[in-house]
Amino acid sequence: MSEHSTYTPGTAVEKWLDDRLPVIRFAKEHLMDFPTPKNLNYWWTFGAILVMCLGVQIVTGVILAMHYTPHVDLAFNAVEHIRRDVNGGRIIQATHAVGASMFFVALYIHMFRGLFYGSYKAPREIIWILGVLIFILTVATAFMGYILPWGQMSFWGATVISNIFSAIPVVGENIKQLVLGGFAVGNPTLNRFFSLHYLLPFVIAAIVGLHIWALHVPGNNNPIGVEVKESRDTVPFHPYYTMKDLFAMVLFMIPFAWFVFFAPDILGHPDNYIMANSQVTPAHIVPEWYLLPFYTILRAIDFNVLFIDSKLGGVIAMGGALVMLLIVPWLDTSKVRSGTFRPLFKWFFALFAINFVALTYLGAQPAEGIYTVLAKVCTAYYFLYFLVILPVLSRIETPKPLPTSISESVLGKAHA
Amino acid sequence: MATQAEHSSTNRRDFLYVATGAVGAVGAAAVVWPLINQLNPDASTLALASIEFDVSAIPEGQSVTIMWRGLPVFVRHRTTAEIEEARAVPLSDLKDPETDAQRIKEGHDQWLVMIANCTHLGCIPVGEAGDFDGWFCPCHGSHYDSAGRIRRGPAPKNLVVPPYEFVSDTLIQIG
Repeated sequence: MSEHSTYTPGTAVEKWLDDRLPVIRFAKEHLMDFPTPKNLNYWWTFGAILVMCLGVQIVTGVILAMHYTPHVDLAFNAVEHIRRDVNGGRIIQATHAVGASMFFVALYIHMFRGLFYGSYKAPREIIWILGVLIFILTVATAFMGYILPWGQMSFWGATVISNIFSAIPVVGENIKQLVLGGFAVGNPTLNRFFSLHYLLPFVIAAIVGLHIWALHVPGNNNPIGVEVKESRDTVPFHPYYTMKDLFAMVLFMIPFAWFVFFAPDILGHPDNYIMANSQVTPAHIVPEWYLLPFYTILRAIDFNVLFIDSKLGGVIAMGGALVMLLIVPWLDTSKVRSGTFRPLFKWFFALFAINFVALTYLGAQPAEGIYTVLAKVCTAYYFLYFLVILPVLSRIETPKPLPTSISESVLGKAHA
Repeated sequence: MATQAEHSSTNRRDFLYVATGAVGAVGAAAVVWPLINQLNPDASTLALASIEFDVSAIPEGQSVTIMWRGLPVFVRHRTTAEIEEARAVPLSDLKDPETDAQRIKEGHDQWLVMIANCTHLGCIPVGEAGDFDGWFCPCHGSHYDSAGRIRRGPAPKNLVVPPYEFVSDTLIQIG
């Protein structure tokens, strides 16, 4: 779809520019005239919403860095200084902190949309893989950002997570010291995390560029999963989807703004308003909500498997839960993309979504009693879904008949 | 089909090509290493690697937490009952078998010196708590006994005894 061109330079200046650096041609082809399936629903607006989220985080983050001091003695007060003294700092800091949560809301919806509509299937595997890389980098960036206010949860979250490295056999302790720049979380750790927290969003932005580039080769998937066959299956991106995306962004900003203005701390943890103290551990360490599903998987492995002890086992499971996403395009071999036409898949997918919410809930509960049992069950289903259910369903399921084209499905709906 | 002569000249070029590449790779690695090594603990961090501490102020049955290399360290003045309890435990009951004697300095049986980070994920256990009259880690529920040995819970190892020695009867040097 990228080969045909719709741009004719209108003036001599445009012609001159087009012969040297065809940016206007590029923008017209990819941001305005790009043929987009005409049946995309609102789940498809989260890509644009995520671009907005990244923009919000970068703009507010660059501003916060102007007022912040990455030093163990000053960092905690610097954040309070931003919230109390800096002009508008109260709102800008809250936007950045709430923005991280909203970013993950949009990320998870975007990923679940891809999983339901089979957007990872050929020829879109690379788009999916780049997306998983963006997700992992975003997790790392958010984690390092949470260290910067230097509260109790910042410090102990960093301690617990950096101890994950010490689970690696033989070289684990050395890697941990290399990461922390000391024997425990301290000033060198805070400095390097600040540096990387500033860098990684730009790396993410670059991969987002590749993600969209890869998207513009085959074009969008769509809710019925049938490829575009003719031009009447599509509408130009502008104004149809620019406006739809903008409208969705406005809707998305309503809860975002509510949190920023009325409950900026509700998603955080009160312990993070106590300055970091390396001699006192909070009674109950919890990561930010968006990391809870993976934290549950880490904790669920509390038993030894052969020569792998429980600590290393937990780390492998948590890492595996993320890395496994990379091979999803080859685990689900069903030719039908959209879950709408897969009668069995639908139910397992719904259960997977509920299971993911349950993993989130369990991560916030103490690791005892019924919670540890449920954590094991939910972790098992997470892995079974990808490693067993998807490959088996691909073989045994009889999908419903597909519409022959996007236009047929749209018009059929109108008649019904 | 290539002749023998062509083969040998190609091989010579291949050799130079690979040799140049290899030298280049070694050079690149030599440049990259300092960029990674700067992440390792710096001289000011390592300078704190050895400290002295006077234990005489700690009454029996109490502990203090001191800092060594940025890590908290428990120094506990154990009661006779605690020592006896630790000695009575058969090694077969232990997940990470160590006798009480291996965890203290001979002749200083009442002093227990340990890094205060749980060997699971590094939280600080609470003293005089848990089911074995030792320490209890609230993060993920590890119980340690009165010799700091892991008895129950997810932690894989006993609380770590740092390298230390008694410089005099009351002065210890850690590190």
